[in-house]
Amino acid sequence: MPLRRLVVRAVPASARGAICWLAMASVTAPLAAPTTVYVQLPAGTLNSVLAGDADTGPLTIAPFAMRTTPVTIGEFRRFVRAHPQWRRDRVAATFADAGYLQAWRTADAPGDAGGEAQPVTQVSWFAAQAYCEAEGGRLPTWSEWEYAAAADATRRDARADPAWRARILGWYSRPASDPLPKVGGKPNVYGVRDLHGVVWEWVDDFNSLLVDGDSRTGGDPDKLKFCGAGAINLQDRENYAVLMRVALLSSLNASDSTGSLGFRCVHPTH
Amino acid sequence: MQANPSRARFAIHRAATTAAVLALALAASAQAAPAAAPSNRAVAGGAVAALPANSVYQLAVALTDQDGHDFRLADRRGKPMLVSMFYSSCQFVCPMLIDTLRDTESKLDAGERNQLGVLMVSIDPARDTVAVLRRTADERAIATPRWTMARTDAASVRKLAAVLGIQYRALADGEFNHTTALILLDADGRIVARSSQLGNADPAFVLKVRQTLQAASH
Repeated sequence: MPLRRLVVRAVPASARGAICWLAMASVTAPLAAPTTVYVQLPAGTLNSVLAGDADTGPLTIAPFAMRTTPVTIGEFRRFVRAHPQWRRDRVAATFADAGYLQAWRTADAPGDAGGEAQPVTQVSWFAAQAYCEAEGGRLPTWSEWEYAAAADATRRDARADPAWRARILGWYSRPASDPLPKVGGKPNVYGVRDLHGVVWEWVDDFNSLLVDGDSRTGGDPDKLKFCGAGAINLQDRENYAVLMRVALLSSLNASDSTGSLGFRCVHPTH
Repeated sequence: MQANPSRARFAIHRAATTAAVLALALAASAQAAPAAAPSNRAVAGGAVAALPANSVYQLAVALTDQDGHDFRLADRRGKPMLVSMFYSSCQFVCPMLIDTLRDTESKLDAGERNQLGVLMVSIDPARDTVAVLRRTADERAIATPRWTMARTDAASVRKLAAVLGIQYRALADGEFNHTTALILLDADGRIVARSSQLGNADPAFVLKVRQTLQAASH
């Protein structure tokens, strides 16, 4: 049940990258939420790194609106207070593991665990999905995330550029013990920020990434594990930067939470 | 929930990258959920006990069966269940899945079978309408209503699969990739065992079914 009604306050009719503000009118919440910014991404096509999709040509991506930044600690604190079933001391173990919001000082206050503007992490897929539903949306699909994240500051698809890949791989080499940066990095061509360089992000269909990169499936005892066409083969093996995300997501259970995994939300648009 | 090491298998043919990926995967799985203790057990006077915190029935999912009857997942609480996910148009693995469920049941005696429910939920809600589920049940001689073929909305399919640890992916040609799994729930909806063996029943899984049925009858 949405916590607050989302009101589209302004949708400039300009071309791609047009920003719409989804103002969060505080209908039921006692706590005023700051304005949450979504940007509109236009329809387009995507050559996914996942070969299962590439076999039949590029994917068609329907237009959607995406949060410009990952959900922050401050935003998630307000969510937990409004929806106490998502406090770490009340959440069902089915929906969140023992690491859920573990770094918070108390069950409903992050304390010194991080600044309000840092991305929230230690959240399970169920908690992330519930947050997005409270905001009237959902988690992005892998394809939507990959589509948005293929861009750089000037191009919709910068993935073939070695500099693009090098920047991302440089982030991967940052020690995990370093504090997470605040959200609000440089926008890409759509106006979306922090898709690379801050946190890993949950996607709606994380459990669709049946990865079996080894194509030698003949005689594989696991062959029958996959119905239909079998596991995904990796189309673009050079693109480690994105494939590492696929690998991480495909290894997760929905109740898992880790210190470097956050999320953002999307709204379908028409 | 059991770990599923093969899910983390990911062969990029560069050793260094593979090692990095595995390290990530291990970092993630190192925080696996502990089994939660049941909370708020029954109060006196016959009140229904609160669900265990790690019960699949914590998930609020509305389903519709092959005869058009609506029910909630948690309505299945009270007896052990075999749960699986499938889609009707699947030509190869899904029929084997049904055969495997049937073979698993055949290892039980009649009394045990009557204490066990079987629930198959479609991962293809767009095509698996109630009428299609009914036809599939008839074609496969499914013993409804003891077995249930059910559908729900797409978002709930994703959540149910997440709770059950099942992966699936729609393909452009209308087929699905999905992990095949027979999942045993105890009477309170906790996952007791799972098997991905197709064809003949997995003896270790059958033993778990028996033990769970015995525990539930006491």
